[in-house]
Amino acid sequence: MKLHEFQAKDLLTKLGIPTPQGQLVKDPDQAFKAAQIIPGPPWVVKAQVHTGGRGKAGGIKVVDDPDEMVATTKALLKKSLVTKQTGPEGIMVRQVLIETGVDIEKEFYLSMVVDRATARPTMIFSQAGGMEIEEVADQTPELILKEHIDPATGWMPYQARNLIYRIDPIPSPPAIKSLTSVMDGVYKVFMTLDCSLLEINPLVTTREGKILALDAKIQIDDNALFRQKDLHTLDDPEEKDPLELMAERYQLSYIRLNGNIGAMVNGAGLAMATMDLIKMAGAEPANFLDVGGGASEEMITKGLEIILKDKRVKAILINIFGGILRCDVLARGVLAAAKNTDIKVPLIVRLEGTNVDEGRRILENSDLKVLVAKNLAEAADLVTKQVSLREIQ
Amino acid sequence: MSILVDKNTRVVVQGITGKEGTFHTEQMLGYGTAVVAGVTPGKGGQSIEGVPVFNSLHEAVEKEGANTSCLFVPPPFAADAIMEGISANLAVVVCITEGIPTLDMVKVVGFLNGKESVLIGPNCPGIISPGKTKVGIMPGHIHTPGPVGVISRSGTLTYEVVDQLTRVGLGQSTCLGIGGDPIVGTTFIDHLKRFMDDPDTEGVVIIGEIGGTTEEEAAKYIQAEFDKPVIAFIAGQTAPPGKRMGHAGAIISGGEGKAQDKIKALESAGITVVHNLGRLGETVLQVIK
Repeated sequence: MKLHEFQAKDLLTKLGIPTPQGQLVKDPDQAFKAAQIIPGPPWVVKAQVHTGGRGKAGGIKVVDDPDEMVATTKALLKKSLVTKQTGPEGIMVRQVLIETGVDIEKEFYLSMVVDRATARPTMIFSQAGGMEIEEVADQTPELILKEHIDPATGWMPYQARNLIYRIDPIPSPPAIKSLTSVMDGVYKVFMTLDCSLLEINPLVTTREGKILALDAKIQIDDNALFRQKDLHTLDDPEEKDPLELMAERYQLSYIRLNGNIGAMVNGAGLAMATMDLIKMAGAEPANFLDVGGGASEEMITKGLEIILKDKRVKAILINIFGGILRCDVLARGVLAAAKNTDIKVPLIVRLEGTNVDEGRRILENSDLKVLVAKNLAEAADLVTKQVSLREIQ
Repeated sequence: MSILVDKNTRVVVQGITGKEGTFHTEQMLGYGTAVVAGVTPGKGGQSIEGVPVFNSLHEAVEKEGANTSCLFVPPPFAADAIMEGISANLAVVVCITEGIPTLDMVKVVGFLNGKESVLIGPNCPGIISPGKTKVGIMPGHIHTPGPVGVISRSGTLTYEVVDQLTRVGLGQSTCLGIGGDPIVGTTFIDHLKRFMDDPDTEGVVIIGEIGGTTEEEAAKYIQAEFDKPVIAFIAGQTAPPGKRMGHAGAIISGGEGKAQDKIKALESAGITVVHNLGRLGETVLQVIK
């Protein structure tokens, strides 16, 4: 689960990590009022959207007077922000965070992730703060310092020293104290909230000797949400693709892509491989959809309806290797979907596994345009044929 | 021969009285697996399909000589159940459960350190040695005994591969899923080492996907030390970055974990990478024969 910057900062502040004074604003009038309360000039206006690259896209602006603040807020709100991560449609900005401008002395990078290779939560620290960490990793990887945390001990004071005393030049004693304290705080937040990512970039020291998290990004482990009930209210459904949101409601694992051939598969690995197969066959996958082993007829029906809501879909490849999932259940689910939604596109169906003969029979006897493939190679050929028939542009 | 499981495997099903546990216990018994016990705390004394249920794993080991566990315990309680299995010195713990919090798995992997137990999974279909025993949820009938080892991060994609292998006449020595989560109990390398020492395994198929670097690490190991032919398939060449594709561990993050990078690493190490999944069976046949 992704959190907005303002939500992440709120959580950090509550758990002892200082952030700049700020206010969430949803319309330009509120922006004017914010200028009276938040110390400034200067102020910073920051679009609150679930994407990186906001700065370069004009989503983060420094302003010097309340009128400029209002104008900037007006220009951002209710408009689409296009960053290099969003795709050309961009993402709608519905709220901005207005913060006090900060007199930055030094910028650091501080984050925590669970490192897969070592299976350990890992603290990552760099004096190359305020930059894209991927660029730093590319150009000056020696500036990225890591400490893996042993689950038996938790974060240890010597680990903070390992990181901080390797900065060149070594920070001043008060800065060392602040950095240590923030690292302790980051560890606490990460473990308490079941984070999969906690990133502060930049973490700044100011000329007044303060330390502040100037930007904050938190992602919560989806698998841990059942035990993070307080965080549920922070989920922002409006930041999600509407079809993906609909799929969530039916417990379908669905991701919208940009192509023209829809896919319905049981199993995540097989679903990814099916998307790859579609591309290899000369078309583009329109979605990832894993109906899972325990899928009911209703889930199959809903899955198909969701795929069909994407008007770019010109054909659907159903690839089912049924172990627990029975092929006749799948077939009936498809027929039920056809009753609710007009299926005008051809269905390329590859069924294998439990009750396969019955499943194929149900589909072939229906009045849907169904092309049945005996194996994957045949399914791929059918996709290619559809593409070449120019039924799909 | 096989690796990790064979005719001497005695399975205890953790979570046996749940819907999944009961269904798959039936299926495993049907395949010929020696399911000797089940555990559901509080339901000791019951019997599922003739299998005695105990309150704790230690009892199942003591009374029925269980040496392998198959776990269908829900995510909030799964890590604890895994650690119970490890503390009972089971040879193999197979965790089918999907959805265990990552920080729980960090604890489990820490707990595994210095212990003898091998944890397969979590979020995996299990392990099968065709004709000998099945510890998991894979459809037994598509498998057949033979010389190919299969190691996979996936479930149904593994079945697709196994089905093709069987159809071209290449049976399997042992097939196992290491799991789709970011933190799992074993790596590709762990099992490649075992297959290296198994005289009945002549070649290995590895099935990877986006996320993490376990395939890249396997490529280095294979190039340096593995003598038998390896064929690989990597799913997710069309996966967009930053999105979790079903499996919790299937995500391209911070530029790391792309399918293309894994394919490159494997091909550079001299491993045959299958690009057309529809023709995987034929390709493996060519390489192994």
